[in-house]
Amino acid sequence: MLTIATGNKAVAAAVKELSPDVIAAYPITPQTEIVEQIAEYVTSKELDSRYIPVESEHSAMAACIGASITGARTFTATSSHGLLYMHEMVNWAAGARLPIVMANVNRALGPGWNVWAEHTDAFQERDTGWLQVYVSTVQEAYDTTLMAFRIAEHADVLLPVMVNLDGFLLSHSMQSLDTLKPGDFVPPLHLPHAIDVANPAGYGTLTGPEEHFKFRWEIEQSMRRSRKVIAETEKDFADRFGRSYSVAEEYRFEDADVAVIAMGTLGKEAEVAVDLLRNEGVKAGSLRVRWLRPFPDLDLAGRDIVVIDRDYSFGSGGIIAHSLMARSRIEPYSVIAGLGGQEVTYDDIAGFVRDRRPGSELWFGVSGNV
Amino acid sequence: MTEIPKEEYVLKCTSACAGCPSSLILRYVLKAAGPDTVLVVPACCTSVIQGIYPNTALNVPVYNVAFASAAACASGMTEAFQKAGKKTNVIVYAGDGGTVDIGIQALSGAFERETDFLYICYDNEAYGNTGMQRSGSTPIGARTTTTPGGKTHAKKDLDAIVDAHNPSYLATACASYPLDLFKKVQKALSLRGSKFIHVLAPCPPGWRFSSEMTVEMGKLAVKSGLWILYEREFGKVTINGPSKAAMIKPVPLEDYLSGQGRFKGIDQKAIDALKSQSELRAKHLQKEADGIC
Amino acid sequence: MYEIRIHSRGGQGGVTAARLLALAAFRDGKYATACPFYGAERRGAPVVSYVRIDDQPIRIYSQIRNPDLVVVLDPSVMEVVDVLHGLKQGGKVLINGTDTEKIHGVAACAVDLTGIALREKLVVAGSPILNTPVLGALAKMGIITVDSAKKAIREMFSDERNVRAAEAAFRELVI
Repeated sequence: MLTIATGNKAVAAAVKELSPDVIAAYPITPQTEIVEQIAEYVTSKELDSRYIPVESEHSAMAACIGASITGARTFTATSSHGLLYMHEMVNWAAGARLPIVMANVNRALGPGWNVWAEHTDAFQERDTGWLQVYVSTVQEAYDTTLMAFRIAEHADVLLPVMVNLDGFLLSHSMQSLDTLKPGDFVPPLHLPHAIDVANPAGYGTLTGPEEHFKFRWEIEQSMRRSRKVIAETEKDFADRFGRSYSVAEEYRFEDADVAVIAMGTLGKEAEVAVDLLRNEGVKAGSLRVRWLRPFPDLDLAGRDIVVIDRDYSFGSGGIIAHSLMARSRIEPYSVIAGLGGQEVTYDDIAGFVRDRRPGSELWFGVSGNV
Repeated sequence: MTEIPKEEYVLKCTSACAGCPSSLILRYVLKAAGPDTVLVVPACCTSVIQGIYPNTALNVPVYNVAFASAAACASGMTEAFQKAGKKTNVIVYAGDGGTVDIGIQALSGAFERETDFLYICYDNEAYGNTGMQRSGSTPIGARTTTTPGGKTHAKKDLDAIVDAHNPSYLATACASYPLDLFKKVQKALSLRGSKFIHVLAPCPPGWRFSSEMTVEMGKLAVKSGLWILYEREFGKVTINGPSKAAMIKPVPLEDYLSGQGRFKGIDQKAIDALKSQSELRAKHLQKEADGIC
Repeated sequence: MYEIRIHSRGGQGGVTAARLLALAAFRDGKYATACPFYGAERRGAPVVSYVRIDDQPIRIYSQIRNPDLVVVLDPSVMEVVDVLHGLKQGGKVLINGTDTEKIHGVAACAVDLTGIALREKLVVAGSPILNTPVLGALAKMGIITVDSAKKAIREMFSDERNVRAAEAAFRELVI
């Protein structure tokens, strides 16, 4: 059904279609609308989920963990400080191999208080064993939330998935949304290690170094297998519902001499900058990275690369820039922009491309090239 | 006479210390609960007692979870079982640190939401698992590795905090009175809503007494009136037999304190504080039991 | 692409007005986005919302710098905010009120949305509702069709007084 919705409501609508058994969440700006909408669905009986209004994000993830280990489908949503407050349990969820799906509305971290978009919150969870995907439109938020459940619950993955959307820019923007009936696109969850009182087992007991090390390797193996599962899921989604996605969305990239790489709404806005530059005769293209974990292998050779990071690792650099340097062996022009919701327009992005200095770093509006 | 089932759920391969009250308590908890039970265990002695992967000494499913999160984890588990139409008992089995200190927020949230589960705090009055550091449950005057001169603050009144949530059932118990504990667990599990049992766990290495003295030490705690056995069912208080007797004719508190190395060198002020606290609590409970307040 | 900037104060429904406008444009078969620019969610603080309408999918998330139309739901914000900032050459202004005398050099029109809301008793928590009547005025200006304006209002609100208020604004706006 074709309608119009905010990014937050699109996420809630997708969750409704897949009817998790248990949803536990704590409100935080700018995620609150997701929680409110879900509470509304549950109250009106449009959604048959147990909704636990927990007293903190740490408890939200703990409750999802407790529910998930029984074999239940689970969902939660958070943002920023909420995500960091549940950090311990975020690790636990992945280590316990629980296919929990979480929406994270990307927001800056204090101090001072700032409720606007930044990716640093989710990036601080990038080493936890969660798959992470970043969306750029309301429709994509909806479609990707549906796909997230299938990917997380796939027998070859069984890892939690975090769906990220930019605070306010996407969470509160209203765009058209085509909702769908997923049917058997997401099969019922079968958790092989679910608690079974007829077959008692200890979960998370004391574990020595060798076993611990082995479990970590199993997480990485699943992460590697998830690449194939993501590709299959995205292809099946396109076949069934007509909208195609990939690990990184190319725009006029094929013949580009210079490409902008960004995530989320900035990745979308970059496409407008590309059109602008093409009109000027610059052979520009863009690549919007959707999946941060597993990080995509990108063939970037033979082009100048301008990476926009809406995040930073202090004392190291832009995190996407560094991931690309490590995996794709390139020397990008690293632009740090949009932190704390800083306004970054397509004109600004075109400017980054025109004035690019491969190998150096720019804090947009704050520093010169360093 | 109550029949205690012969089935054992704590098998003879735990890594508990000699004379451990925690495994003794758990033995009776699980006998009362039966096999359709899942334990949720935050970091505490029981994390260790159950053994090392891939082995386990416990014959019910045990979900080990992060220190602060047990009650919240149990909330999710309870809802999921109910959604699936299962009547499985969800029991949090947590130490005092995971309850009165780091876990109290999750505990409060779960009780406020009237989560249908049983929360058992086995209280050895310190962080025993890591070598006896103070907790909010350590009594005044007790030496721990972080209160080498004796604790200067009173034990946190956990029961009053839990009671403020109006749970359907709240009881205290002691490792030395297993039948009383068994009955209380059975009663708790027969009721809907949030249930809470606070069990005193005299810890030989932590409290510094000889490991064959565990049961005796628990009895002295009760007989001296320092630990009162009672239950509060939907608000109504009943003081249990051993404590009723202790209220009439207590053994001297010094008998309890002198048997434990942790109270060595305790000053009179701390002893007076312990005495006045227990007297005050006894008076208050007696009034409640008599229906006066 | 047609770009609209809406000025209001927190609690007056400016954000909802943007959403209604985007929904109506969408019902007209156009692409539309509504992006509120949020500060802290406080009543009474000046709030700006943006609506973009186009025949193509919209890929821009940054704020509107050169609007085609500025809508002022609360004329008192003009004392603290330059509502004409960046207005396109030939751009228009729609003001809630009875006069346009504070606006110079651009095509401005006014309609008494507050009066209409009070007449229809559209008052929530002491504040007149402006976000539904304003759709009628925007329909009169040709930004959206009357049909879609009504459809959008009915999709978001069940109270028919909202539709009547929009109709009144449509009638009363003189361009």
